[in-house]
Amino acid sequence: MSESLTTVAYLGATILFILSLGGLSNPESSRRGNLYGMVGMAIAVLATIFGPHVTMAGIPWIVGAMVVGGSVGLYAARTVQMTQMPELVALMHSLVGLAAMLVGFANYIDPAASAHNTGADKAIHEIEIYVGILIGAVTFSGSIIAFGKLSARIGGKPVLLPGRHLLNLAGLLVVIWFGREFIHAASVQAGMTPLVVMTVIALLFGIHMVMAIGGADMPVVVSMLNSYSGWAAAATGFMLSNDLLIVTGALVGSSGAILSYIMCRAMNRNFISVIAGGFGTGGGTAAVKKEGEPAGEVTAISAAETAELLREAKNVIIVPGYGMAVAQAQHTVFEITKHLREKGVNVRFGIHPVAGRMPGHMNVLLAEAKVPYDIVMEMDEINADFPDTDVAMVIGANDIVNPAAQEDPTSPIAGMPVLEVWKGKTSIVMKRSMASGYAGVDNPLFYKDNNRMLFGDAKKMLDEVLVALKS
Amino acid sequence: MSLVIGVPKETAAGEKRVASVPEVVEKLIKLGFAVAVQSGAGDAANFSDDAYRAAGASIADGAAALWASSDIVFKVRGPSAEEVGLMKEGATLISFIWPAQNPELMQQLAARKATVLAIDSLPRTLSRAQKMDALTSQAGVAGYRAVIEAANAFGRFFNGQITAAGKVPPAKVFIAGAGVAGLAAIGTAAGLGAIVRANDTRAEVADQVVSLGGEFVKVDYEEEGSGGGGYAKVMSEGFQQAQREMYAKQAREVDIIVTTALIPGKPAPRLITAEMVKSMKPGSVIVDMAAEQGGNCELTEPGQAVVRHGVTIIGYTDLVGRLSRQSSTLYATNLFRLAEELCKTQSVKSDGTIDVNMEDEAIRGLTVIKEGSITWPPPPLKAPAVAAKPAAAAPVPAAKGHGHGGGAPASGTRAAVMFGVAALIFWLIGAGAPPAFLAHFTVFVLACFVGYMVVWNVTPALHTPLMSVTNAISSIIAIGALVQIAPPLLGGGGGAARPEDWIRWLAVAGIGLTAINMFGGFAVTRRMLAMFRK
Repeated sequence: MSESLTTVAYLGATILFILSLGGLSNPESSRRGNLYGMVGMAIAVLATIFGPHVTMAGIPWIVGAMVVGGSVGLYAARTVQMTQMPELVALMHSLVGLAAMLVGFANYIDPAASAHNTGADKAIHEIEIYVGILIGAVTFSGSIIAFGKLSARIGGKPVLLPGRHLLNLAGLLVVIWFGREFIHAASVQAGMTPLVVMTVIALLFGIHMVMAIGGADMPVVVSMLNSYSGWAAAATGFMLSNDLLIVTGALVGSSGAILSYIMCRAMNRNFISVIAGGFGTGGGTAAVKKEGEPAGEVTAISAAETAELLREAKNVIIVPGYGMAVAQAQHTVFEITKHLREKGVNVRFGIHPVAGRMPGHMNVLLAEAKVPYDIVMEMDEINADFPDTDVAMVIGANDIVNPAAQEDPTSPIAGMPVLEVWKGKTSIVMKRSMASGYAGVDNPLFYKDNNRMLFGDAKKMLDEVLVALKS
Repeated sequence: MSLVIGVPKETAAGEKRVASVPEVVEKLIKLGFAVAVQSGAGDAANFSDDAYRAAGASIADGAAALWASSDIVFKVRGPSAEEVGLMKEGATLISFIWPAQNPELMQQLAARKATVLAIDSLPRTLSRAQKMDALTSQAGVAGYRAVIEAANAFGRFFNGQITAAGKVPPAKVFIAGAGVAGLAAIGTAAGLGAIVRANDTRAEVADQVVSLGGEFVKVDYEEEGSGGGGYAKVMSEGFQQAQREMYAKQAREVDIIVTTALIPGKPAPRLITAEMVKSMKPGSVIVDMAAEQGGNCELTEPGQAVVRHGVTIIGYTDLVGRLSRQSSTLYATNLFRLAEELCKTQSVKSDGTIDVNMEDEAIRGLTVIKEGSITWPPPPLKAPAVAAKPAAAAPVPAAKGHGHGGGAPASGTRAAVMFGVAALIFWLIGAGAPPAFLAHFTVFVLACFVGYMVVWNVTPALHTPLMSVTNAISSIIAIGALVQIAPPLLGGGGGAARPEDWIRWLAVAGIGLTAINMFGGFAVTRRMLAMFRK
């Protein structure tokens, strides 16, 4: 295959990728969108393999690596629980980051790659390598930590080192200084030291950055890392002068950045302050303690009474949260929904944009349980309907239904848009205990007169509710 | 210094309502505003000056003093020319305006450099805007009162009773038009125990009628009558003929008719002819809620109750004012919700300043004059059913579409700064970079924009699949590893030996890692998307 044919194939792949992202914009066209993505990827990979840059000697290696990697990937995709999606996505981001690092190093030690470059070209090429490895390393270590946090291998609480902003700044300066050294390095051997030092700093920076971000901000982090993995690909594209990589990387990068921005807006948080870390601690806890716990009694309720309330209701809104995901209760939720809908009860779902641990997490879980997506509403669509709702059932969610966000200006989550479940005639909160949510803020909702608490594991309690409903 | 909200006494003849009530004044003050009320403003609605004072408002003597001190004026009826003259330059006015019917008033207000939010221009199909919908709240009051007036004029019980003194049949009530007022009337009449029937040209309201305890009477003719914005439209001749027959039949059977039929910008449709009135039983009552627009009944005399052919025909135009305390409270709450929306961008630590955010669909619709320039009519909303787009996606298309909106000046300086910074960066890059890099850079920047445009429209429900598909796509980085695994010799590499093994192993590792991602990412996306169903 000639150079021109490869280029044309790349162009086709680029268009398919754009169509793929576009297709994902609504459920009708999304499956086709995914198909476009696969076809585009296949075209890109095949065009490269049969293109002028790969010789026959490389093909066995490629096939071997592809088969091994591909089967691992397919196996993971098949076996992963839908509740574990965030972890899987974070882990996959780390792979892209690691690959970007490896490609960067390989490119640097390959004398053929930079043979004809002189002067400004050479400097730019080296900056590209440097930046590519930097982003790759940050993505890699950051994603690993995010994976650890999401799968609860690492605690969700933010870890805040003293003077962390200074630490980051110092890291940045060191990276810039070594970057200068790197560009002026006479040989590959001489350039290796600054490159390795920078990589280590970048890895530490990635760890530090994600460690400092609290569990409640995880959706933002996941989509931010998604964005980083795109920028890493784009940087690699610059390094290899490959437009396909640049375009695709930029597409992924900007889409991830937009998702992060949408998430931040859903939490009424500044993007910078999420990245700077420390949500739900520091000033937050101090304020909460000072404020004192919202005084009052909580009213507990049994599963049978819950069923009674649901049976008599006309309008029910279910607000799922991470607790539903943890308890794997989505199927039971749907059983209850189906039962109530057959009885003529109008059951709908209210989804907060940051419910769960990644953007759209709840939608995926409900879809898995076969809940039709037209009764699954966004927060803005459904918030006005709470006053007409007889029962608002909160399953394992906390911060996203916290009235303090609207009522208490000193609360750390003040100003965050929340689902106004307390405006319903009755709200039922299913929780394991009175523990506070990821943001570490107590929830005055629990003490409201029209609120009932259904304590216990969400799955177990819902099963009981279902049995009571059917009897 | 917080902004002052002024509540003047209504000057229109017979207007008993007031634009804010003490309990709402309290909430407005909590929001960070100061409130001034004209002495005697609430008298007609039974709110005394003392009650306002107790709620924290200051009392201004006379209209001139009040208008002069108010930054924001809350009113019920649109201001008279005289009142516009009293208005502070650049102040904000929130009231009923009816811009289509009052072009002169609009000009006068624009000349005062005012910002005017016409509560009647609220986009009513936005569910988010319902809490501000004064037309709805006032129509509800009117519908209730219409039935009360009818009960007053009607010589019998509404509910059926079986007493020692004999059996009393329940009253039969027919409601023409099941809009907000009609539905309120249905609910009230049904609550009093009457048998309620209702009709509307819009077939989709049948369920609502039934839900309130009414019975929906169909016109025996196929035509859909939904116009834009939740109003009805003018129907065809054939339909009108069938409709007249249905009304004639109802007139013979029922005791009370309440008509609420209105078509925006047109005289009210004539539904009840003199013939039909004649056919009604003596002692029957007609309440014509469309009296102000000419009336649905031929014999209606606006503003009065008259008896024709033994039937009392009530054409009061002040049904809302007859329940002034209730309607004022509801109206005040609508305006309070609007005030909250206006403070929204300052989030919770509101300091009583307002922001007329022209990118917000509801506010955009309401704002008929912004800082002296007329912004009415607003660009059309999207179709009612799909109006609930995710809020996150709104600003971009909105900013592009509303070219004649008044929101531009505020963000102008910021845009200029951004533009300057961007220009500087581009200049630096252009000055220092070689052409080959620039070609790639162009592609890069354009691709960023494409990504931005494409992703804005994604529904939040699909964020997870989107992320996993972009993740899969980012394994395109495999290309980088592929081209390095065994590159052809491009005419020697400056003599240095190529560390083949190192490169190969790095590349193989890279390919393996990205392959996991590539296959895993697409497969898992597919698995997720297969689950989304209607």
